[in-house]
Amino acid sequence: MKAQSLPFIRRAASEIFQSLLVSCWFMFLTFPIMVIKVNPLERTIDWQWMRLVWIGLAVFPLSFVWRWLMKRKEHGGGQDGEDSWQKRLGEKIRADRKIYTALLAILAVFVAAFPFMFSSYQTQIMISALMYVMLGLGLNIVVGLAGLLDLGYVAFYAVGAYSYALLNHHFGLGFWPALPLGAGLAAVCGILLGFPVLRLRGDYLAIVTLGFGEIIRLVLENWNAFSFGPSGIAGISRPWFFGADLSLGQHTVFLYFIVLILVGFTILVVNRLRNSRIGRAWIALREDEVACQAMGIDKTRTKLTAFALGATWAGFVGCVFAAKTTFINPASFTFMESAIILSIVVLGGMGSIIGVIVGAMVLILLPEYLRAFSEYRMLVFGASMVLIMVFRPQGIIVGVRQHYRFGRKESTEEQGERDAASA
Amino acid sequence: MREMLQVLDIQQLTMDFGGLRAIDGVDLEVRQGEIVALIGPNGAGKTTFFNCVTGVYEPTGGRMTVRPPGKNVAVRLNRLKPNIITEHGLARTFQNIRLFQNMTVLENVMVARHCRTRSGILGAIFKNAGNRREEQEIVDFSYGLLEKVGLQMHVNDLARELPYGAQRRLEIARALATEPFLLLLDEPAAGMNPRETSELDALITRIRDDEGVSILLIEHDMKLVMSISQRIYVMDYGRLIAQGTPKEIAENPNVIKAYLGETFDA
Amino acid sequence: MDYFLELFFGGLTRGSIYALIALGYTMVYGIIELINFAHGEIYMIGAFTALIAASALSLLGLNGPALLILAGLIAVIYSAAYGYTIEKVAYKPLRKAQRLSPLISAIGMSIFLQNYVLLAQTSDFLSFPTLVDEFAFMEPVSHIMRSSELLIVATTLVSTVLLTLFIKFSRMGKAMRATAQDKTMAMLLGININRVISVTFIIGSGLAAIGGVLISNHIGQINFYIGFIAGIKAFTAAVLGGIGSVPGAVLGGLILGWTESFATGYVSSDYEDVFAFGLLVFILIFRPAGILGRSTKDKV
Ligand SMILES: Nc1ncnc2c1ncn2[C@@H]1O[C@H](COP(=O)(O)OP(=O)(O)OP(=O)(O)O)[C@@H](O)[C@H]1O
Ligand SMILES: [Mg+2]
Repeated sequence: MKAQSLPFIRRAASEIFQSLLVSCWFMFLTFPIMVIKVNPLERTIDWQWMRLVWIGLAVFPLSFVWRWLMKRKEHGGGQDGEDSWQKRLGEKIRADRKIYTALLAILAVFVAAFPFMFSSYQTQIMISALMYVMLGLGLNIVVGLAGLLDLGYVAFYAVGAYSYALLNHHFGLGFWPALPLGAGLAAVCGILLGFPVLRLRGDYLAIVTLGFGEIIRLVLENWNAFSFGPSGIAGISRPWFFGADLSLGQHTVFLYFIVLILVGFTILVVNRLRNSRIGRAWIALREDEVACQAMGIDKTRTKLTAFALGATWAGFVGCVFAAKTTFINPASFTFMESAIILSIVVLGGMGSIIGVIVGAMVLILLPEYLRAFSEYRMLVFGASMVLIMVFRPQGIIVGVRQHYRFGRKESTEEQGERDAASA
Repeated sequence: MREMLQVLDIQQLTMDFGGLRAIDGVDLEVRQGEIVALIGPNGAGKTTFFNCVTGVYEPTGGRMTVRPPGKNVAVRLNRLKPNIITEHGLARTFQNIRLFQNMTVLENVMVARHCRTRSGILGAIFKNAGNRREEQEIVDFSYGLLEKVGLQMHVNDLARELPYGAQRRLEIARALATEPFLLLLDEPAAGMNPRETSELDALITRIRDDEGVSILLIEHDMKLVMSISQRIYVMDYGRLIAQGTPKEIAENPNVIKAYLGETFDA
Repeated sequence: MDYFLELFFGGLTRGSIYALIALGYTMVYGIIELINFAHGEIYMIGAFTALIAASALSLLGLNGPALLILAGLIAVIYSAAYGYTIEKVAYKPLRKAQRLSPLISAIGMSIFLQNYVLLAQTSDFLSFPTLVDEFAFMEPVSHIMRSSELLIVATTLVSTVLLTLFIKFSRMGKAMRATAQDKTMAMLLGININRVISVTFIIGSGLAAIGGVLISNHIGQINFYIGFIAGIKAFTAAVLGGIGSVPGAVLGGLILGWTESFATGYVSSDYEDVFAFGLLVFILIFRPAGILGRSTKDKV
């Protein structure tokens, strides 16, 4: 009995000691910035000793959790378990067509009834969330499927928004003709930028796209004659609805359904694309460029289609954004916006459609509803990007590849369609 | 005997990496329906030779030509992009397996149908009859190849979940899906046990006989090389030191000397 | 002519700061091929720590150059500690991961650190106390170059020379060069890779902190966002000179500094950052290996 408990006590002591050490280290590390708060105006100092205590108390248990997760990751045990849990649920839903249709029907009813059940304010928030779903799915094509890290995605979003705003301002062009035009212009920008830069290796591409995003924003901010500078463009028309004179509330409902249909369209397109010839080429490119080329795939062209298609979607959402807020200025298109969209994709699960939807809902709705939390929003974004990469690089939801059945050769197509839809 | 048609013709191939000359004036040819082996000690430049021929590296000098059988043309490979070379009918496998790890086994093969099919983005989105048919053809063709290499029970597994030997066979199926007339295999038997190796031996011969694909392979397993190939080229330090039939090579003193200086696992 | 000289020295000053930060980028990239996106934040934290330390120490009655040196020293120590910790938390667990994973982790770390400082301190600009009076001997040229600028250029020069000597001659420096050349080989030769990486982060972060302290002393105000732009520009400098090359980082920093200075002085000051980003895009497209870098082929 004693002989057994002794090593256990010794191990526990060493674990506690380690955590204590980590805790002290972080207290040391955060000391100046957390504790000594400089007052900007009076240049006086507030000493906030309590913060130090909190840090110490928080880091101590977290350090246990960290080490435990680390160990689990190294042994690879926990991960598989979770995957199979997800896999089993997914398979069950897929296998039973009844459950699948029922779930889908409930979801459809809820989504359709949403603007009538909740206030206009809630609907507005939902519209934003759905817009981020579209942005996430668009960026997912570029990052998740094709594996091109685009840090300037917001630039194409800006192109879409400004296309509509400017066309509306100067020529009175309505939302509907502007939607394809804005998307088209964004696609053209995507191709123009993509053509020279897509040759670059992954991390350089990330930085160039970031630089490009900043250039677009700076130009919008400074080229007053073209973009009206930081003061932006106001009075953009809302979408036209058969000439009807809608109240503000009705406009919101209308916009909600526009966005909903666009989201549905996006899901359909992305779902079909990723199990198509082009989609497979994107994924292959992400997995191994050299092998991909050796299989006869034109690297530059394939990358360019992904990049342009992603940009197209950002352009769509940009138009919707301008129509929703009726006012845009460059402040809406900062790097942080790109970072938020990227974290939606990363958090949700790169390459997975449901993952991106979940990611967008969590990241956009949570801070909206937890007001107290919204101050910490970016802090949590940043931290979760790191933690996800360290502990679960595949994201919350793992993308499932299409399954095929053979033996009786017909009906594979239909089977595949159904499988892919629930992935 | 009628002279067999030449499908690959390499003349004076040279490749420098900075100061290092990895390939030095190598001449090599493959004729239609032949199985040719390229052997040599580690670091001799064999893989680099493949990389030059398939367009991964641009060689410093030399002429590389293919003559697709049935078409009366000669294609210069120099300066062509790798995917174009594959389109012309050259396919390869990799020494350090390069599968698309997170795709299924079937999808790995389907990817390789890319250059023989046409559907674009709009086709994928709207899925008209033509695109559906093409997609179905891709699936059937790929499945057929997986049956050929004996992987039909793994179609829906992820490539990374396959055992090592199966991964090598999947690489071969994937290369075949591009419908090549010349297949370049880089150490296909590496890491296989003797049983797997003898199956591989049969598979390679079958590919040559059934599909009419000529084969150039790099291999360290001498038993496999001797039993399977009609002709052998031997490289050492980037140079060609011998060529001939298996029997000639086995007796060539230069070859024996090159290998004795190395730790060599036959 | 005076205007030209003013721009010239202005560019030299900026360039020196970029160079100090670029050194950290280049060293880290040279060894683990990671764009340490959070590096700009280290520079920002260096500046904040110095300001906080200076404010606290001035309560003890310290002032003048002694205060600057002490606050700078504290900033360097803290930044180095941050760099070390960030590597352990956000990058080390990802050594074997896919290539983009550490980069995303680095972006997350950068966002986290910005908001950490924002929440713990303030989003307003903080003014940095004037610690060094104008040197008397600089009087005749004070209209084209200020004392704080001289300080920046001189410190950068000394730091770079010391760093070069360290890499050339010390044991650790040799280990670093070996690791950059071939990690597996270095490991086989008995080099402790983890130590080398940690030291690289510590040195790079320390240099960034020096940059942060000097620029705050020169400009006189800081906020939590200064690291982002400075980081991107320093990365541009590193790429411009050839990433992985120490003299390249310095050369790249200076070229970028002068480009910005002259372009804003003679063309338009509205587009200051556009010139920098434009240069970055241009370089990456036409000479991705940079001025002093050598292009290599990936082994297949
Ligand atoms: N991208 C590259 N850059 C620099 N040197 C290279 C590169 N690729 C190959 N080499 C060098 O070229 C020489 C030949 O290498 P190669 O891989 O072709 O040998 P190999 O004959 O395939 O050997 P093995 O039997 O071990 O596979 C080696 O010295 C190698 O280090
Ligand atoms: Mg080889």
